[in-house]
Amino acid sequence: MNEFFSMGGYALFLWPAYAVTLLAIVVNVYTARRDLDRARTEARRRLASGATGDAPSVAAAASAVGGQP
Amino acid sequence: MDWTWFHKFGSPPHVYRLAGLLTPWFAWPAALLILGALYGGLVLAPPDYQQGDGFRIIYVHAPSAWLAVMIYAVMATAAGVGLIWRMKVAHAVAASCAGVGAWFTVVSLLTGMLWGKPMWGTYWVWDPRLTAQLILLFLYLGFMGLRASIDDVSRADRASAVLALVGVVNLPIIRYSVEWWNSIHQAPSVMKMDRPSMPFDMLAPLLAMLLGFSLYFGAVLLIRLRAEILRRERNASWIREELT
Repeated sequence: MNEFFSMGGYALFLWPAYAVTLLAIVVNVYTARRDLDRARTEARRRLASGATGDAPSVAAAASAVGGQP
Repeated sequence: MDWTWFHKFGSPPHVYRLAGLLTPWFAWPAALLILGALYGGLVLAPPDYQQGDGFRIIYVHAPSAWLAVMIYAVMATAAGVGLIWRMKVAHAVAASCAGVGAWFTVVSLLTGMLWGKPMWGTYWVWDPRLTAQLILLFLYLGFMGLRASIDDVSRADRASAVLALVGVVNLPIIRYSVEWWNSIHQAPSVMKMDRPSMPFDMLAPLLAMLLGFSLYFGAVLLIRLRAEILRRERNASWIREELT
């Protein structure tokens, strides 16, 4: 087991390389999911406050009259 | 030819739902491939005859470097599609790519430094391959900075798309830097025309890692894209049906 972790003397370089890669993998999944949760919460909050939702969107209204949104 | 499918990809609610359905189909195979490749690369693969166990850094370095470049290609393609066909969803894809791409560019640089120190005797040299990869990081940061500095979303989309497209010239420079110039960086062992210069038990974990990382990026991109679409479509009526 010790032999495995010593990696033939390269442990000092190899394990940090694996650690930083693992960190990137975990952080990117975490932030992506957190952003989606936040965007959902924000959208629900807007819907609940009646800010929008029933009425057609500004973008849809603009394109309906042929303008650029 | 029937172009309905193309128009469907321009429809935010359609893409939002499709992205949600597809995410697990990318995430689970990615997790299995990466875990399998980890075991294959750290345990099953034999030590290299020159680099000993140090060569095993390749199993995190090469896939990160591959992602850094592949994500840029995806980002620039999406930005180009958004620019040409004025497709908002395509711009949303490009915007969702940049952060992940920047992360893995940093990882490729750091793991490369950690590999370079024991093998070359230095963490960093101003070598063509290394310099081009550093420029890739600046392109990602420039893309994100430009987007952040423009309040109007559609103007930010167009400006950042132009930057992304200009930056594409850097991709072949990264790819061929080790052949055009006398680079300290080793030549490709897998992505070349003739047979890969590796035995199977070294090569298989690397290929699994490359595929695993690509699928992993697919899953992350789909999640980020859904968040991006929700933020952009904050006033659209389909969101009510989707969230209640």
